[in-house]
Amino acid sequence: MNLAAQLAVLPVIIPLVAAPITLLLPQGRAPHLWATLISWLTFAVSIALVSMVSNAGVISYHLGDWAPPLGIEYRIDMANALVLALVSGIGAVVFAFAYRSVEREVDPRQSTFFYCAMLICLTGLMGVTITGDAFNVFVFLEISSLSTYALIAMGAKSDRRALTAAFNYLVMGTIGATFFVIGIGLLYQATGTLNMADLHDRLAGQSNRMVEAGFAFIVVGIGLKLAMFPLHLWLPNAYTYAPSAVSAFIAATATKVAVYVLIRFFYSVFGFDFAFVGHAFTYVLLPLGLAGMFIASLVALFQDDVKRMLAYSSVAQIGYMLLGLSFATVEGLTASLVHILNHALMKGALFMAVACVVFRTGSHSIQAFAGLAKRMPVTTWAFILSGLSLIGVPLTVGFISKWYLLTAAFAAGHWYAAFLIVASSLIAMAYIGRVAEMMLLREPPSEGPYAAAKEAPMSMLIPMWVLVAANIYFGVRTEFTGDMAARAAEALMLVAGGAP
Amino acid sequence: MDGWIDFALGRYNYWIAIILMMTGLYIVYERGNLVKKVVGLNLFQTSVFIFYITIGKIAGGTAPIYIGGELEHGESGGEGEAAGEGALHEAPADSANTLGDAVSPDVNDKIDNTTQSLHGKIINDFPANDLKAGLESIKPPADASASLHTAPDIDAGKIANDALAAIEKPPALALDLSDTSLHGDAAANAMGEAAHQVSEVIYSNPLPHVLILTAIVVGVATTAVGLALAVRIREAYGTIEEDELEALDHIAEFGEAVTVSAGAAS
Repeated sequence: MNLAAQLAVLPVIIPLVAAPITLLLPQGRAPHLWATLISWLTFAVSIALVSMVSNAGVISYHLGDWAPPLGIEYRIDMANALVLALVSGIGAVVFAFAYRSVEREVDPRQSTFFYCAMLICLTGLMGVTITGDAFNVFVFLEISSLSTYALIAMGAKSDRRALTAAFNYLVMGTIGATFFVIGIGLLYQATGTLNMADLHDRLAGQSNRMVEAGFAFIVVGIGLKLAMFPLHLWLPNAYTYAPSAVSAFIAATATKVAVYVLIRFFYSVFGFDFAFVGHAFTYVLLPLGLAGMFIASLVALFQDDVKRMLAYSSVAQIGYMLLGLSFATVEGLTASLVHILNHALMKGALFMAVACVVFRTGSHSIQAFAGLAKRMPVTTWAFILSGLSLIGVPLTVGFISKWYLLTAAFAAGHWYAAFLIVASSLIAMAYIGRVAEMMLLREPPSEGPYAAAKEAPMSMLIPMWVLVAANIYFGVRTEFTGDMAARAAEALMLVAGGAP
Repeated sequence: MDGWIDFALGRYNYWIAIILMMTGLYIVYERGNLVKKVVGLNLFQTSVFIFYITIGKIAGGTAPIYIGGELEHGESGGEGEAAGEGALHEAPADSANTLGDAVSPDVNDKIDNTTQSLHGKIINDFPANDLKAGLESIKPPADASASLHTAPDIDAGKIANDALAAIEKPPALALDLSDTSLHGDAAANAMGEAAHQVSEVIYSNPLPHVLILTAIVVGVATTAVGLALAVRIREAYGTIEEDELEALDHIAEFGEAVTVSAGAAS
């Protein structure tokens, strides 16, 4: 038993084992340092996995040495290796960032539990991404969701609405997860297997009512989890009232992982042989993606709470991802995967900038941002740069996403989609511009609760700027994300059976 | 008309699951009380448990707990066809061997035929009487095998069933089995005897049971978190009625606005 052979299971095992240990540590700094160390370790393992997959192809790890169709398989190809690296990378940055922010926003008696729940959430997200077993996806999805409910509720110290937000998310999330299980049950009934690759083989040529119902349940269930446009109602409150570090973490990872699961089920489990996939793309994902990116952007424009604004913006950005994958072409899928990565970078950085403002002013209302360019210049520029990335200005990752998406839209013949993408980017410019105007041009208040704001501490600024730098770096050097995503998309498309 | 009634009654487990599911969802949607919402959610999840258990049920099959006999095939068969062609062919061959001299060569052929037809069968086809048979669980296997349960998971248990049905023809063996049924008051006893004779115990598919054990844990955790949140909400707001919570939030956000507009309306 050498370590390299067991590498595939480590991204799940490390945080899972570390989480209960966190509870044994004395209160104060120790739980944070421990959790950060673990998240970095997980990130290192994920990077090692990416390079292994990149060089040697798909890794298949058999849990407990049970052969795949019977036993649970962890299956890492290019697509989920990238998502693994993304989730653990964001985790590594946010865990390092969290300490001061959590100290301020979370009840000190809960801080140990906070890091424990964060590690469990990381475990769940990594598990969803890594596993090749359909039921396993449900279990890990619920591991991450349950810890997220608890984490959101911890925002109750600053605002009691965090509790109702967490409760509503729990109701919606559980309905979503249960729909997903029903879908898995129907697929199991039709095929007698739960392994994704095996499901794909057995579903080939099967197109009866049971499989169709299973497909519908799975799409709606995951749609709830990823906040697909009309199913997004839980998201704005959850992101707004969660502690800022939690907002940054789940906004950058949880919905992305759910989008990945959707891609996995569309392409790797059902494939284009199954006629419903094409229908779902044309009649569900495409219109809902377009509606989401447009309507949610418009709603974001009228929010006076910056966190809520960013939350609606997230719903809109998920619209882009759904749009990309609904083109059912390699270009579209590449755009979708690239945007999953890039959106995590920009939304993570934006939420961290807001966390810095909340740390100093105690509020995420847009009024708190007045004149911050003078008081908190480093934070302001982090916000503006990642905001530009969200809009899609050249030299940032946002531009790369939009470029891939527009190319894919034209290639697929959806010129009107291309038009709407640009239009919705303009709305993004308006709502980011509103905050930027507030920060840059207004005079800082000389009295009132926001008057004493000064620059956030280094322990928050450095992780935040790491993400901002990543926004620029991957915006200039596109070969890493772009090429990897293209390879992942090609592999997925090959399994799915080419264009429909 | 008769066909419809059989169709509906034969699937009563599914109807129960659907009714529970809809009741649960309706409670979640309709009730303003947070605790009632959690209970509704729990009901909704429970319906899925019943659905999964129904998938795994095999008429005449016992709970998937080891009760002796040579069970290698019974266990590995849980994955149905997934276990591969090999297992499918092995299982009937094995039961045929242990039956020994009682089985004439042409029965062996029949078994092979059964296996063949199994492969060709549309696996979603439920005979209407499978669940009825499932109800009368205390039945000797000879009887149970008369109603073939074609659950979509073709597994070794069912193959053994099929094999039994094919074997039933030789009179000597049929007598043997009915003897067993005479003093087979306890199901376990009958099963045990059958295990010795056929060396195959018919188990329900264990996999859905295991999956649902996991899902139950998830459900319990969800309910616990939901109720804990309700407790916290009660501490923070003093109420767990949704409309009152909304009114309180509205007042907190817009101050007097809500009372003013209410005054204007009246």
